[in-house]
Amino acid sequence: MSSQAPAHEDAQEAHHGHSHGHEAGHGTFRSYVTGFILSVILTAIPFWLVMAGVFESRLVTAALVMGFGAIQIVVHMIYFLHMNTKSEGGWTMLALIFTLLLVAIALAGSLWVMHHLNVNMMPMSPEMMKNMP
Amino acid sequence: MSETTVETGEKPTFYLTEDHHPENSTNLGFWLYLMSDCLIFAVLFATHAVLGRNYAAGPSPADLFDLPLVAVNTAMLLFSSITYGFAMLQMERNAKAETLFWLGVTGIFGAIFLALELYEFYHLIHEGAGPTRSAFLSSFFTLVGTHGLHVTFGIIWLITLMAQVSRHGLIPENRRRLMCLSMFWHFLDVVWIGVFSFVYLMGVL
Repeated sequence: MSSQAPAHEDAQEAHHGHSHGHEAGHGTFRSYVTGFILSVILTAIPFWLVMAGVFESRLVTAALVMGFGAIQIVVHMIYFLHMNTKSEGGWTMLALIFTLLLVAIALAGSLWVMHHLNVNMMPMSPEMMKNMP
Repeated sequence: MSETTVETGEKPTFYLTEDHHPENSTNLGFWLYLMSDCLIFAVLFATHAVLGRNYAAGPSPADLFDLPLVAVNTAMLLFSSITYGFAMLQMERNAKAETLFWLGVTGIFGAIFLALELYEFYHLIHEGAGPTRSAFLSSFFTLVGTHGLHVTFGIIWLITLMAQVSRHGLIPENRRRLMCLSMFWHFLDVVWIGVFSFVYLMGVL
């Protein structure tokens, strides 16, 4: 029993440290500046790729733009929104994961369904298109 | 077993220590609101993804979008994000005047962003590329306009909080409100990353 007493005290210490950190808010000057510099780089690269027309292939450019966007969203989440698995007992992370799941279903589902709708539409002749309301 | 513990007067120790519960769950509640807002934007993004190439023989993004202007706009929102971060750091140091200063700077960057966006909208409508021109423009104006509306309300909220802080100081209530607005403001910047990547940069490709 006596061997467990220090462990208990340690737990209380960590407990206290957590509540203190919570009260003091999150983020330091260094973390904000790190996030800002990373964001500037991750914003500048896709703009440069598109405006300078670095790659011939549209597909490669599009994939890179979306990739850099996704990385920058993660950077913002960590350095500006201070997301982690610990805050609020992990509930913010759980809410985020659930939302991302819904977002993925909404985006992929919409594109999938509407793509098939377009493919299965009756083809229109130019005359029909001209006489459309 | 437990009886012997009680007899010796020792405090019972538990292997499962519970996590610390915050006294108020405003942060979690506000986070859930942001997630629901995220769903609104996700649906608008999905709409734009479906309709974004339906020009109805009208102008395409390559004809309309002015990428240097969008780059300046993005920079404004990014600057406002870090200046809000500085305001939060000053709030933690209990420096009221500095907090107000950085909040003011954030508001100015936000206002410049909004002014540039309104100029872009005015320019588009003036060119005959208003929201009624094609499905692409309808979804574009809805998505970017909803984001702009959020920024507008963010600025109103910011001004309200600046008045509150200057009147009552950095009391716990105002700290909580500043924390919520911080999350809101950074969230809008996250949404804007999606807008400039997906709507503007992918559009002109």
